[in-house]
Amino acid sequence: MASLKELSKRTEGLVGGHRACAGCAASTAIRQILLAAGDKPTVTGICTGCMEVVTTIFPYTAWNVNLVHNAFENSAATVSGMEAAYRALKRKGKIDAEIQFIAFGGDGGTYDIGLQSLSGAIERRHKMLYVCYDNEAYMNTGYQRSSATPYCAHTTTSPAGTKIPGKPQKRKDLTEIIIAHEPAYAAQATPGYYMDLIRKVEKALAADGPSFINVLSPCVPGWGYPLDQTMNISKLAVETLFWPIYEWQDGKYKINIKPREPKPLVDFLKLQARFRHLLKPGNEHLLEELQAEVNRRWEVLLRKEQATNG
Amino acid sequence: MRRLVSGNEACAEAALRAGIRFFGGYPITPSTEIAELMAEELPRVGGVFIQMEDEIASIMAIIGASAAGVPSMTATSGPGFSLMQEGIGYAAMTEVAVVVVNVMRGGPATGLPTKGSQADFQQARWGTHGDHPVVALTPRGVQECFTLTLRAVEISQRLRVPVILLMDEFIGHMREIVSFPEKVEVYHRQKPRVAPSEYIHYAPDNNYNAPYASFGEGYAIHFSGLNHRSDGFPINDAPTIRWNNERLRAKIEDNLAYLEDNYVDDDPDADTLIVAFGSAARSAYEAKLLTDKPIAYIRALTVWPFPDATVRRLAKGRKRVVVPEMNEGQLAREVERCIGTDTELVSVTRNDGSMLTPKEVLEALR
Repeated sequence: MASLKELSKRTEGLVGGHRACAGCAASTAIRQILLAAGDKPTVTGICTGCMEVVTTIFPYTAWNVNLVHNAFENSAATVSGMEAAYRALKRKGKIDAEIQFIAFGGDGGTYDIGLQSLSGAIERRHKMLYVCYDNEAYMNTGYQRSSATPYCAHTTTSPAGTKIPGKPQKRKDLTEIIIAHEPAYAAQATPGYYMDLIRKVEKALAADGPSFINVLSPCVPGWGYPLDQTMNISKLAVETLFWPIYEWQDGKYKINIKPREPKPLVDFLKLQARFRHLLKPGNEHLLEELQAEVNRRWEVLLRKEQATNG
Repeated sequence: MRRLVSGNEACAEAALRAGIRFFGGYPITPSTEIAELMAEELPRVGGVFIQMEDEIASIMAIIGASAAGVPSMTATSGPGFSLMQEGIGYAAMTEVAVVVVNVMRGGPATGLPTKGSQADFQQARWGTHGDHPVVALTPRGVQECFTLTLRAVEISQRLRVPVILLMDEFIGHMREIVSFPEKVEVYHRQKPRVAPSEYIHYAPDNNYNAPYASFGEGYAIHFSGLNHRSDGFPINDAPTIRWNNERLRAKIEDNLAYLEDNYVDDDPDADTLIVAFGSAARSAYEAKLLTDKPIAYIRALTVWPFPDATVRRLAKGRKRVVVPEMNEGQLAREVERCIGTDTELVSVTRNDGSMLTPKEVLEALR
């Protein structure tokens, strides 16, 4: 694995000057991912979303690698086509270079509208890495719920009030859906654990086939927390078991961080405006439900790790 | 009551007052505020808001809800409207009342998400495959976002057709004073007056104010996007196919008088006629007021079906017809079809995400 020192000498794939909000985790994550991809020729695709909008405001681009922007549902499909064409040209001897393919999408473009094209790309076994920067709602259009939005989070289309306590449904477990496709590699990560993310990108790009990394990316305006807290919240998500960071390869689960004493979930929730209503008197049962759900999912993950490593 | 609201707000408010009780939608600029307002307000009136996983699902969900008897609507913009095309055709074939609001932005593809256009005018007519008539309405400002949303809901329920409301970004995000009426007359679809054994879902004569059953009311309904006979079962024989196509056509053509809606400001001395719709018509009318020449003017509020006969009548004997619009000349094509070769057609287009100005129209009037 590349050391921090080595990484610092590499050419940046996503450079500064773009218009992401101060404290944006998604731009930090993409920067780390492209550093981890190294200096090999890299072709990327991105669907419509925050990161597309803020990094490509005419006449500027923050991308130092090839980038194709396509519609909301099409990142995986477009990169599939490029990868398939590249394989064909390579087979015919018309291209020599070893090219890496990375597709990006937010949670709206991955969990929701783009799930079909991602599923197809993995099933067809394109050798590409798909990265979901998961900020848990449609942030580009102003914070609407997605199927990645957690239970009880307030969004503009799941407003917390007397009828509903924020989003009434639980979050879709996308990483497990992808693992069910048996890709070459799958993982969850978050930029607070940056070396873990770097290592996962290296593994994903080295894997012989489709790979997937789901990166939890805290969002300052959407989640509603002070902008210097991004990395703290990113780590808290792991320390409270809200977002376990783990990987799956060759049928085996490996949990990368197992907090010795997990922090209570409320430590993560209380810093964010989207969960503020949960701290009001009378909503204790919702906090308990959320904590119980996090515990249950953690137990299931532990059992999966045990069952696949026995 | 008069209030300062945006076009998107006026549209959502009208939908609620027109009895829309189901909204299936997906966030997309510049229409998102409509979904956000419906998410906030529908639960208060016992309605249902569902955010779907994409626009294909959004239109299919409102078709399902409408078939189950609930007045239903969605709102979207360019890329989402493209994804909804199959569903719009399905609603036309199965004769389901839905309202699809398209707050137009610049295209093609992702295009200009935060800027307005009128470039989906022909897409509204021909966007879905097959050949069948459609209904589309276009407001010129915020007040009409309110009134035409009411009318879109009513037309959809009376004729059981999909109705498209072509707003645009300029109007959707513009704020104007709107007069909200105290009371709104709402048309409720008629229930079948026959026993389930006698019921025919696509009865030959039920074109206007048709009584028709919803799912779950005890009537057997065969529902399919396939071309079908009067009980809904798929067929392949030419006479029945002709019967069904004719039925879809007649539904619109027999009701032209009900559907047609124009603002006409004629002038017998005018040798020039302006034909316009929506936000471009604001600049066109301003230009008419600014010039000292007599100008005849027609603005279509119902753009589909296109007011062929009225445009033909108003253009007759005139030297020229000026057609200002915010696309590459889509309305000009329709107007050209209606006017004779003796009349000159002057197409004034702007397709760069900015409003057409009165000055640009004025230059064409010189």
